[in-house]
Amino acid sequence: MTSDENGLLALKQVVKHFDISGGLLDQLRLEKGKITRHRTTVKAVNNVSFTIAPGETFSVVGESGCGKSTLARTTLGIYPPNSGKILYRGERIDNKNAQQMLPFRRKMQMIFQDPYASLNPRKTVMQTLEEPVVFHNPSISSGQVKDRVAAVMSNVGVDPKWAGRYPHEFSGGQRQRISIARALMVDPEFIVADEPVSALDVSIQAQILNLLMEAQEQRGLTYMFITHDLSVVEHISTRVAVMYLGTLCELSPAKALFNSPRHPYTQALLSAIPKLGRKKSGHIKLKGEVPTPINLPTGCVFHGRCIHADQRCVEEIPEERTVENKVSVACHGVEEGRI
Amino acid sequence: MQHLLEVNDLEVKFGLRFGDLTAINGISFSLDKSERMGLVGESGAGKSVTGFAIINLISKPGFISGGRVMFNGRDLTALSDEAMRDIRGNHISMIFQDPMMTLNPVLTIGTQMVETLLAHRSITRTEAKSIALEKLKKVQIPSPEKRLAQYPHEFSGGMRQRIVIAIALLTDPEIVIADEPTTALDVVSQVTEKIAVMYAGKIVESGPTDQVVNDPKHPYTQGLIKALPGSLQPGAKLNQIPGMMPTLTDIPPGCAFNPRCPLSDTICRQQEPPFIIINGATRRVACHMAKPDPSNGTT
Repeated sequence: MTSDENGLLALKQVVKHFDISGGLLDQLRLEKGKITRHRTTVKAVNNVSFTIAPGETFSVVGESGCGKSTLARTTLGIYPPNSGKILYRGERIDNKNAQQMLPFRRKMQMIFQDPYASLNPRKTVMQTLEEPVVFHNPSISSGQVKDRVAAVMSNVGVDPKWAGRYPHEFSGGQRQRISIARALMVDPEFIVADEPVSALDVSIQAQILNLLMEAQEQRGLTYMFITHDLSVVEHISTRVAVMYLGTLCELSPAKALFNSPRHPYTQALLSAIPKLGRKKSGHIKLKGEVPTPINLPTGCVFHGRCIHADQRCVEEIPEERTVENKVSVACHGVEEGRI
Repeated sequence: MQHLLEVNDLEVKFGLRFGDLTAINGISFSLDKSERMGLVGESGAGKSVTGFAIINLISKPGFISGGRVMFNGRDLTALSDEAMRDIRGNHISMIFQDPMMTLNPVLTIGTQMVETLLAHRSITRTEAKSIALEKLKKVQIPSPEKRLAQYPHEFSGGMRQRIVIAIALLTDPEIVIADEPTTALDVVSQVTEKIAVMYAGKIVESGPTDQVVNDPKHPYTQGLIKALPGSLQPGAKLNQIPGMMPTLTDIPPGCAFNPRCPLSDTICRQQEPPFIIINGATRRVACHMAKPDPSNGTT
């Protein structure tokens, strides 16, 4: 396999389940006079495959609880997958130990949602920013580190004079800039951003999105962007993956997805985007609630809420199929041409 | 005509060692029966404090330092604690930002709903339970009977928010104040009839929602709307408002928005802008650069 066909990063049939059964005693249950042992697993990510090309902004969207954040963390190796493969430039990284992962960690960084929780309150900005550089380049001189911190700080629009301050002395927007600076310190190629602007006001959100787009242009970064804000997704993405209950239901170039969503879930999701000054219209209301990822529905995970569902959808798990140029959809209805 | 709620020149201060900080600086608006109004602005503009001030829940060192909140002809700022508790429970309720913080984690939803009702009405437990059930149905919680016996952690985030709404509706209040953490201008524009934009403790623009979002007059409102990603070609640089909202300790003289304003002039740094009425009496803008309606002039 060449690194070309695998893009910068590729996930192949990745599965991530969490065992939440607890201790042995929690697992025992009395059933029909017999004691049986039950295991409870949260099936957060199920059989997800995609490839991210260099320089792309690949967005993952879906409701809260659909497994987006787990997918992001599994991609970076923060959670080991239960099965499947993760390839970085064609090389498998999901089976590497901490030592072997080090060179990859430098290339892959993460920006978290909550700028209040993701910075250590007891470290100054300088300490937070110099740590990743020193960790990955133990031989670097302290002068070089200081220069680098100052350069990256001014790059993200935080005055380097403030390097001695603590996170609580900054506003939410400034803190998110510092989180971005921390990710940029080691000169990564690939950044996973998990809801980086959802805790911010629109005016500040615009500043941070501009900063991320500028950094991408200057440094040739590749982004995996996790968010539930569809207007943000439409604005920044090259391609979009729509996730429902741990499964990808549609994967399309952003323009195609927003112009003509194929999967019934994508259609419902897009119809819910609030548009400024426009009164609610054509909002597809889904019946029911998102089922729990503990007891996944049979067949298509969306069938219980889908108006097009038939017997096949209840029984058979739909496979991801390319319907046209780069648009792939996992839906029996779309495949059969009835949606 | 008497409005259901009329806020007049409301002022909230926080008394601190080095002096009083003004969080709400003389805001006025009114709300009629079954009307929906949105109060928008960045975090720190004073939206939540306004909500808390209406139901007199400002806690020390904060205090209402001026103005009136008239509800059905009564000034809420002058009511006794006991009279205010009656207003709060039965007439005005509030939905807070974080549903996980609002709900008690160690009590079932049913207990919390029944207790709320029993505190405000002289009814039996059974009656309270049936009202609770009815409200859960109203906010579309599936199998409400079963859900009443469950704890907050057994619900998803969306369901929890609906339960908080059901609790706010329990006593059939006349006004519900819903407090949101961020600006969410796009959402507000879809569900409200009128809008007031707040900046640094003041209302800078108000009017019918469609007019304000389609033809904003204040540079701050214009900036907020232009910053939304929806209006531009994908990938284009978003319009950002430079800088950030001043903290209460250093609100600039003149117009508080002037350091961030593209139209700022000498007068903006010296004088606070008065409210200008445009389009009849429905729209008001506090900006030196906005053009008054020829027929009206300034207030």
